[in-house]
Amino acid sequence: MTHYDDRISPLHGAGGEMMGKLLAEHVLPHFASSQVGRINLSAMDDGATIALPTVGELVMTTDSHVVKPIFFPGGDIGKLAAAGTLNDLAVMGARPLALSLAVIIEENFRMIDVDRIVKSFAETLETSDTPLICGDTKVMGRGEIDGIAINTTGLGIADPAIGDAGAKPGDMVITTGSMGDHGMALMASRQEFHLETELVSDVASIWPMIRTILPLGGIHAMKDPTRGGLAAALNEMAGKSQTTIELVHSSIPIRDEVQALSDLLGISPLEVANEGKAILIVDPGVATSMLETLREHPLGRNAAIIGHVGTQYPGRVVVTTDVGGRRFLDMPLGDPVPRIC
Amino acid sequence: MSRPFHLSDPVRARQMADAMAILAPPTPIKIVHVCGTHEMAITQHGLRRFLPEKVEILEGPGCPVCVTPTADIDAAVQIAETGAILCTFGDMTRVPGTRLTLEQARSNGCDIRVVLSAAEAANIAKGTDREVVFFAVGFETTTPMTAAVLLDDAPTNFSALVSHKKIPEAMAVLLNLPGTNIHGYLAPGHVSTILGLAPYARQLETFKVPIVVGGFEPLDILYAITLILRQIRDGKGFVENGFPRGVANEGNIAAQILIETVFESTEVQWRGIGAIPESGYRLRDEFAQFDARLRFNIEGETGDEHIPGCRCADVLTARATPADCPLFGERCTPLSPVGPCMVGTEGACSIWFRYGGREIP
Repeated sequence: MTHYDDRISPLHGAGGEMMGKLLAEHVLPHFASSQVGRINLSAMDDGATIALPTVGELVMTTDSHVVKPIFFPGGDIGKLAAAGTLNDLAVMGARPLALSLAVIIEENFRMIDVDRIVKSFAETLETSDTPLICGDTKVMGRGEIDGIAINTTGLGIADPAIGDAGAKPGDMVITTGSMGDHGMALMASRQEFHLETELVSDVASIWPMIRTILPLGGIHAMKDPTRGGLAAALNEMAGKSQTTIELVHSSIPIRDEVQALSDLLGISPLEVANEGKAILIVDPGVATSMLETLREHPLGRNAAIIGHVGTQYPGRVVVTTDVGGRRFLDMPLGDPVPRIC
Repeated sequence: MSRPFHLSDPVRARQMADAMAILAPPTPIKIVHVCGTHEMAITQHGLRRFLPEKVEILEGPGCPVCVTPTADIDAAVQIAETGAILCTFGDMTRVPGTRLTLEQARSNGCDIRVVLSAAEAANIAKGTDREVVFFAVGFETTTPMTAAVLLDDAPTNFSALVSHKKIPEAMAVLLNLPGTNIHGYLAPGHVSTILGLAPYARQLETFKVPIVVGGFEPLDILYAITLILRQIRDGKGFVENGFPRGVANEGNIAAQILIETVFESTEVQWRGIGAIPESGYRLRDEFAQFDARLRFNIEGETGDEHIPGCRCADVLTARATPADCPLFGERCTPLSPVGPCMVGTEGACSIWFRYGGREIP
């Protein structure tokens, strides 16, 4: 075996034979069934085609993914990249039509890691019956990029698209599951904390779950609480609709191990990322049936009504605490830092 | 997904609120705590709404980041500019120095690393030939950890910029400052696990002010405040352990010995307060080889701490609430902090801005 077979070299990004070999051996086999239009991934043309749908709106989203560590408990950057884009489409109420995959890899990156990442990307697309239709590969020199970065663009179709600004006073707030799992799992796996936990990321495509509730109607706003967690998602939703989101802390599902780590590090589980959840603001008339439908899906087993929409402090999120006090839940500032003492 | 403890029980919290209402005198009462974790717990759980109307609780000099004087930040910047690796806790990177914050120094090319402990900094030193300096801030909770690292065969390229401080001494000084009007202290649970009760008694006995050690769960805090109000009603003022679950009266003797072995008391500067005799630590002569001030020839200069309009000095001495400051939430926010109390995530201004302070009915 030559060096080129087990490590990424600059030639793999040079557009020549080495790149063709990389794609043919390590990428294309994972996407054999990727077909949506007349010109598909396997054609390796300059672009791919999608037949235009006759009803609804096209939704397009793009996301770049960098994560440390690249492989983490419960997933890796490939799964994260696929789920991230599929979920952005899902919370717009959009059925995914197709994704792109653009990868920038550091020279000398291990080929078996490329394989693992591409495989989990493909598997995640499969859960949502979504084809990959185009892509790009670039290689940068050692030290010019930290391992690997992935950009994905997704196209979906919604009828109609659901925004994140439509909250109305009286609406109910629903989470599709426990909060803080991804952020805390990553935090726990960072070696400087020297922690051993059973925590796994919740990273998953939520489209299979979201498709079951769209027919119920009554979703006024929807968002995936990724970076900044529930706190960031709800502050954005409250801000854009100029309503107050009133939460009851004791009704927010938080895993015991997530809470324990959160207490240890002084980082709130409401302020760290989720990668397999959605926050819904729904008409009070459909809240109960929506909750029941969500709970029937494996990804929504722990779905809960966590609050309602009010008017007292426009643009802000207020939490009733377990002990019975009240406080604001503010937009997180940036990356959470563990406290000194 | 049940919460493991019932220390947030709303019924018991209500009962304690009723008890406090009976105990509290009709006159205004100011209770001061000296711990960012207490302020975080009080605000995050919304505990102020359980206090009787005329009882208020404020954070004094309880945020280690906030009380670190400009001169120490300047020293850290100066060391980093020599090319040494400077290791510090995350919050410290944003505190304003006379010239630069550590964050700005890093943008200028200095090698500044965020660590979680002194041990992590020492490990960095073991993996390099470069000088590695640990910016040792914090109260008695972090001091023993710095001591343990220096006693445990620290590498020769490792040194500490010591800025450790002692809480009981600052509590005593606050009582002597004009305009503080403090009726009782909620003493910090984790500092007390190290110190025990004796240092508070030594420093504060003459003042006859109630001092009650409190834990950090909602009911721990309400209970400790109830004990303070009971002492006030009875005309008493003594040191009481309201957190026996976590604090032994004698403290953690092993940790006290670590501190004693490596450090000796000295006068240090507190931002907002000034110099307080015996209120901080310096390395004993036997450990002088680890003193970054000696290794890098740092002069004991005083930095410029005056920030026009900023009332951090009053907030740190419990003479003002964050909301009393004209800059609060206007020119001074966590995203663009003016004063140190908005920089440290445990600073009163930062906590009030993020969680609402007294604002929410």
